[in-house]
Amino acid sequence: MANFEFVLPPPPTKDVTALYGEQDLVRRSASSVPAPARKLTEVAKLIDVSKCIGCKACQAACLEWNDERIPVGENVGSYTIPSDLTPNMFTVMRFTEWVNPETQNLEWLIRKDGCMHCEDPGCLKACPAPSAIVQYSNGIVDFDHDKCIGCGYCVKGCPFNIPRISQVDHKAYKCTLCSDRVAVGQGPACAKACPTHAIVFGTKEEMKQHAEGRIKDLKSRGFANAGLYDPPGVKGTHVMYVLHHADQPELYAGLAKDPRISPLVELWKGAGKYAGLAAIAAFAAVGFVHHLVTGANRVSREDEEKAKQLAEGQSS
Amino acid sequence: MSAYDVEPGDMVHPGDPVIVDRYTAGARINHWITATSLVLLGLSGLALFAPSLFFLTALFAGGQTTRFIHPWIGVVLFFSFGGLFLRFWKANLWKAEDGTWLARLRDLLTGHEERLPDVGKYNAGQKIVFWAMSILIVVLIVSGLVSWDEYFSQYTTLEQKRVAILVHDVAAIAIICVWIVHVYAAIWFRGSLPAMVRGRVTGGWAWKHHRKWLRELVTGKN
Repeated sequence: MANFEFVLPPPPTKDVTALYGEQDLVRRSASSVPAPARKLTEVAKLIDVSKCIGCKACQAACLEWNDERIPVGENVGSYTIPSDLTPNMFTVMRFTEWVNPETQNLEWLIRKDGCMHCEDPGCLKACPAPSAIVQYSNGIVDFDHDKCIGCGYCVKGCPFNIPRISQVDHKAYKCTLCSDRVAVGQGPACAKACPTHAIVFGTKEEMKQHAEGRIKDLKSRGFANAGLYDPPGVKGTHVMYVLHHADQPELYAGLAKDPRISPLVELWKGAGKYAGLAAIAAFAAVGFVHHLVTGANRVSREDEEKAKQLAEGQSS
Repeated sequence: MSAYDVEPGDMVHPGDPVIVDRYTAGARINHWITATSLVLLGLSGLALFAPSLFFLTALFAGGQTTRFIHPWIGVVLFFSFGGLFLRFWKANLWKAEDGTWLARLRDLLTGHEERLPDVGKYNAGQKIVFWAMSILIVVLIVSGLVSWDEYFSQYTTLEQKRVAILVHDVAAIAIICVWIVHVYAAIWFRGSLPAMVRGRVTGGWAWKHHRKWLRELVTGKN
């Protein structure tokens, strides 16, 4: 069973209590959260791109579990269908045909795109609605649709261009890492459905170890630059890739080489916010103090007389 | 009447006190639609700008409706201010005495208004407010349209939208500061508010703050 490690447990047949919840939040958008009493073990999904056969079972499982439907797609000259993530399709297999200049081999690079569950989540930092985006201590970043206002700031905050805003209910949607399944000891639906175990799920440590073995194997087969994609610019992610060409992640349908929250977003949500509010307060305070010191600028009786003389002098 | 700063409807009525018509009913309605829009935009915008002010969304029946209504109020403001611009731009052209007036701003603020040169319908401070509002509103509507995902999402890149939001925020903070100057001036210069409420000021007010304009109106009557 060497190839079938991390087989997910069968679904429970009895009532189970959630393994984590509200008390395990480490971050909440636009609000603070009390330090959690315990730290959950960090989880991760590992997507081994070299094992992916492009069957889209993960997409089907995702739609199934999340009870979403997408319209019949249009062929845009690629197997990537739908051609992008949508508010209903939280994961998309992106197909890239690439001729390796060293070997002249045509390589079919298939990357399952979706939320990376960043340790430093740009979506959460950009979100203006309190608690609409939350992060659990196990690393899962989830959206609370009841609190989402549909502004799309999460889209600007995300370094991977993942969230999508529904034009139906005007709320943001993305992969939840099957937070609800993980909470009852199950793995994500996509991992469950993957026939080649290209998608595996476990603790982040286990996934890193598993990736090491895979990378060693790939290197022994000529992929000298095989490696793990766990970008430090966002302090690591809870969805990681094993890439055969880890030195060129852009090959995989434009996977960011060094993703980080845009400095524009950091400025907007960081110093900009405080500087802006301070400027407004300063203007108001200067006005208040000025009035206090000088008193009102009043028109005198003399001024009225002068105006009268002017008006009468000219009109007589 | 050829003075650049005399606007339609400006007129002197001799009496005690002298009454000077400063704003027509049209200009006042136009102004207050703009003012209401600007205040509503400020409140809804600040609610989305700072998490500590998110509670302001309650004024607009919640976050979703705040997000929905803000850009539409922006459209109202843009066209409403456009009306004000057409009415007021000529009288706000920069003149030689404005530089002198501005250089002596300190005297004005310390109670020596008599040391300032006579000015027309608008002083340099009012002109700066006018042009700052005009420029900032153009910046705000352009950056606002880029950020209005519901209708214009597909026309710009994500990076352009990030720039637009930052520009929108900076311009919004700036226009709120300009607005504070505008409101403060209307309060500090007692007798100014009736100009925009009833449309008229006293002769003394015009003599004290806009003597050149008053003279033009008086001589223009002949």
